[in-house]
Amino acid sequence: MELYLDLVSPPCRAVYLFAEALKIPFEFKLVDLSAGQQYSEEFGKLSVVKKVPVLKDGSFVLTESTAILEYLVQKCSVADHWFPADLQQRARVNEYLSWQHLNLRSHCSKVFLLRTLYPFVMGSEVPKEKMDAAVEDMKQSLNLLEDKFLQNKPFIVGNKISLADVVAMVEIMQPLGTGVDGFQGRPKLMAWRDRVKKELGEKLFDKTHEAVLNSSGLQQKMQNNSELQKLKPLFIKYFR
Amino acid sequence: MAVELYLDLFSQPCRSVFMFAKKNNIPFEFKKVSLMDGEHYGDDFGKISIIRKVPALRDGDFCLSESIAIMVYLAEKFQTPDFWYPADLQQRARVNEYLSWQHTAIRMQGSKMFWLRLMIPKMIGMEVPKEKMDGALEDLNNSLNLIEEKFLQDRPFIVGDRMSLADLVAIVEIMQPLGAGLDVFDGRPRLSSWRDRVRTFIGEELFDEAHQNILGAQEGLKQIDPSKLELFKPKILRLFL
Repeated sequence: MELYLDLVSPPCRAVYLFAEALKIPFEFKLVDLSAGQQYSEEFGKLSVVKKVPVLKDGSFVLTESTAILEYLVQKCSVADHWFPADLQQRARVNEYLSWQHLNLRSHCSKVFLLRTLYPFVMGSEVPKEKMDAAVEDMKQSLNLLEDKFLQNKPFIVGNKISLADVVAMVEIMQPLGTGVDGFQGRPKLMAWRDRVKKELGEKLFDKTHEAVLNSSGLQQKMQNNSELQKLKPLFIKYFR
Repeated sequence: MAVELYLDLFSQPCRSVFMFAKKNNIPFEFKKVSLMDGEHYGDDFGKISIIRKVPALRDGDFCLSESIAIMVYLAEKFQTPDFWYPADLQQRARVNEYLSWQHTAIRMQGSKMFWLRLMIPKMIGMEVPKEKMDGALEDLNNSLNLIEEKFLQDRPFIVGDRMSLADLVAIVEIMQPLGAGLDVFDGRPRLSSWRDRVRTFIGEELFDEAHQNILGAQEGLKQIDPSKLELFKPKILRLFL
């Protein structure tokens, strides 16, 4: 089984963390996003959507991290708590996995991209108003994460870690290296983060997040890459 | 006690849930939440869903939001036929893949088109810059192209011969821009015949009933007091403009 990943991408980290923590055997295939490799002809043959992560299991190719995670859960024999069979508990995981796309994921990504990619693509600093609005949206999502999804439970579904916690955690980690700390002032989230790290394995968690936490390294890489320069027009639209 | 479904059929995900429950003869109480009247911000609805979005489900003490989670819950609880959410590993993965992809793709873009073409000019009274409109149309077309090239291809339905939650979730989003007078099926015969198959599979009467409000939006708006939207104006403008 092959997993096409770049650990700078949160959904790639979720898949990687899960597969590694559960010792699911796979071949790591790097798709270097800051070099624009997702737009290569070769990768386009694998996935017309041109995004990571991608799973290839024999001739079966699958995109979308939440679909990949559920596929791995169903295929390999993992402990029930990752994706509980219980009707209501599973619904809670599904509810989080659905909500997060246009909320926590979208908002944390936007903050990250504004901090790292905007100056490179637009050739200027991010307008304060735009940055403030993005950080405010991220704050609202974090509020909902705490007030609705986590509440006073150890993990999103209850006493045990599930896919929901992994998928949530990688998104909050995304802008951390750019100086936007979603955990700051939120002791409940910090305690939850520590529990999640412990369940997955602290060394694994830290290793997985190494690249994204080094955002100045990322920016240097992008500046030096001529292929990426060509892709600027694609990104400009996102920032308008 | 029957399951309660909190719905407004103007909302795409509400339409999926409505059609799914009706088609499968799942007994439920339809609890109307009028988005236009801001009922989702009321105290009562806040007790059902702190997220303040529709659809929402209440089953005894259990409250659930997010249409996909709701439909999968209903499918499991009421043991609906396998084709809706196949147990087969790869087929289920294909349904999950579509359901995941669509949030930030067709769902966003279909919604945006509806707001840019109809709601913002007619209800909020603001002109939409041509550049924004063209950009939104391009994004919408790119998503429709992907639906045809990757998700549908030459199959009758997204996963194969039978309809699934993927088609149900897809169709309601693709129908949304029609409410603003944009016929996305024009020039797309493959998509059109898929829509006809989906409509037949669900049942034409049920499909048309679910889509009555949205397809009548241009007319229906004439009866609505624009000041009702003042509350949402900042949010809408930030989201879509």
